[in-house]
Amino acid sequence: MTNRGYGWPARLHVVTGKGGTGKTTVAAALALGLARGGHRTLLIEVEARQGIAQLFGLDPLPYQERRVATPRGGGEVRALAVDAEAALLEYLELFYKLGIAGRALRKVGAVDFATTIAPGMRDVLLTGKVKEAVTRTADGRRVYDAVVLDAPPTGRIGRFLNVTAETARLAKVGPIKTQSEGVAAILRSPMTLVHVVTLLEEMPVQETTDAIDELTRLGLPIGTIIVNATRPPLLEGAKVTQAELRRGLTAAGLSTDRDTLAGLVTEARAHQTRVAVEASLRAELLALERPIIELPAWPGGITPESLEELADLLLAPAPTDETSDVT
Amino acid sequence: MRAPHGLENGPRLDVDAVLANPEIRIVVCCGSGGVGKTTTAAALALRAAEEHGRRTVVLTIDPARRLAQSLGLTELDNTPRQVKGTHVDGGELQAMMLDMKRTFDEVVLQHTDPKRAEEIFANPFYQAMSSTFSGTQEYMAMEKLSQLRARDEWDLIVVDTPPSRSALDFLDAPARLSRFLDGRMLRLLLAPARAGGRSVFSLVSASFGLFSRTVTKILGTQLLSDLSGFVAALDSMFGGFRERAEQTYRVLQARETAFLVVASPEPDAIREADYFAGRLAAERMPLAGLVLNRLTTVEAPGLPADDTEAAIETLTEAGGQEVTVDVLRVHADLLERRALQERVSERFLTAHPGVPVVTVAAQPADVHDLDGLRAIGNAFI
Repeated sequence: MTNRGYGWPARLHVVTGKGGTGKTTVAAALALGLARGGHRTLLIEVEARQGIAQLFGLDPLPYQERRVATPRGGGEVRALAVDAEAALLEYLELFYKLGIAGRALRKVGAVDFATTIAPGMRDVLLTGKVKEAVTRTADGRRVYDAVVLDAPPTGRIGRFLNVTAETARLAKVGPIKTQSEGVAAILRSPMTLVHVVTLLEEMPVQETTDAIDELTRLGLPIGTIIVNATRPPLLEGAKVTQAELRRGLTAAGLSTDRDTLAGLVTEARAHQTRVAVEASLRAELLALERPIIELPAWPGGITPESLEELADLLLAPAPTDETSDVT
Repeated sequence: MRAPHGLENGPRLDVDAVLANPEIRIVVCCGSGGVGKTTTAAALALRAAEEHGRRTVVLTIDPARRLAQSLGLTELDNTPRQVKGTHVDGGELQAMMLDMKRTFDEVVLQHTDPKRAEEIFANPFYQAMSSTFSGTQEYMAMEKLSQLRARDEWDLIVVDTPPSRSALDFLDAPARLSRFLDGRMLRLLLAPARAGGRSVFSLVSASFGLFSRTVTKILGTQLLSDLSGFVAALDSMFGGFRERAEQTYRVLQARETAFLVVASPEPDAIREADYFAGRLAAERMPLAGLVLNRLTTVEAPGLPADDTEAAIETLTEAGGQEVTVDVLRVHADLLERRALQERVSERFLTAHPGVPVVTVAAQPADVHDLDGLRAIGNAFI
């Protein structure tokens, strides 16, 4: 495929972030952007949250790849909600031609067992399905130009992606080990990038720092930090007084009663406090020395149009990068 | 605090009445991740200790580092510690942070002899399960709650719940875990081990031949023998596990417990809160009310949105009033956000008209000291 846009040279984009930072929205916008110009991308979720269906206003997604959006200028975004149980049965069917035995396994609770006893195994199944989609070909061509994974949150991402370590503890030989090694090879290759979504709030920034430390330690390739829901830093360092506001409001023909003036000053100062907090959090993120993209807040909720605009921002060339037109 | 208009008609949650009520011994804060649950739990506990003279302990799951420090939670030793710097008169405040693995170890030690416990601790399956099983944290939070309650050293236990994928996990996890530990699959694997058989499946009847061959093929023999060892070692504890899970469940239904659903006025959090309130009712668990957290405060409500927008336009055209323009932009943004938050919150109010609600204003900076927690405590009123 053509690797368009700064910071998105991979074919597998793993999008993580603290819960509530909007990682599903960012993953969807990225899948949309990367599909532009006649490409086909797959957006995958693995946590049974049905966040993709909610975002696109669809019924819950089955364990099946289906089209959820058509980007501007043609192309196709498909989505898939991977379910560990279904992935296990599919895997068994594929490699062992189980048939009746597969159903028997389910009946005695073996499937439930295998997918719950050891989360490591569950994660191998989920990431195994992701790997399959990334590498799938049809008629000698790749089925997907890019795969975007709406991954587990920052608190669980290291464990989720570090599949070999988790399963190595449990399975020293056998197909589970082989499978997890195949997945690990893809996740650590230049084909993959892990992006972290954050807000300019204390906990998400702390978790971003922790996750990047952890991913670095695990040798997983880190992509871009996406700062979501930012607001313009109005009044940074400005001196706000009632006297000045009275002049301004008078000039605009508004009433200048005391409550309104005092209220506006309180609002402005609270905002300045927030701006200062955000500036220090932004500095913490800059210190991580990773590419950063800021996305604006979308107070009215996400619509198909706003997803396109977020995709524009995600795929815009970096202002400092002179050779940004990478193809 | 000006409540959303829908809230003015509905019942108001009297947080002080909950905290002061001597019959309430447990307050559980639940809700989706990122809504300020931990901070709310800490603020409630501090207020109970300082304002109502109750001997209080707060069980936190995963506090922000600086909040943890302000509560004196610098080491993870899984026991409650006195919080320094509180102004208590008769009451007291202790805090602890859940260590899920250590709590699991304690449960094992309690239900089995030391030799067997060592075997369990050494088993790779136990290691995986005690640190990563998807419901372990939830289960252990409830287990810790039971332990604290059994010690009977406090008037009030305030519990934060894990930042689960779903806010309901902590209700379901204990049952899931005990069902799992008690499940058919385990008993199947256990059968030969119980009989002292060498091979895991040696005593399983012929009809399971296909099954066992398949399992062996997929999982490998080493894994199966570890698993079988794990299951055999845990066998003695099954009854204890189930009993404890059931006991905790009954405590959660009892009059001594009050659930507070915490939500921020955002679509996902409100959806979870709505679902949760319904679920608590179905389980006959006592929901005291909704804490609607991080509500945007408009301090100049006398200046409506249309006037604000018109003034921004006029002043921008005229020039020279940059500060006023930006102050008005901040005001317009607050109005817009507040209106949106009220629309989103309506969903909960309509679905649960009888549930009392209290609102807490968004704080401009993150809370990480006792004064900040006191400010939140005052905002409940």
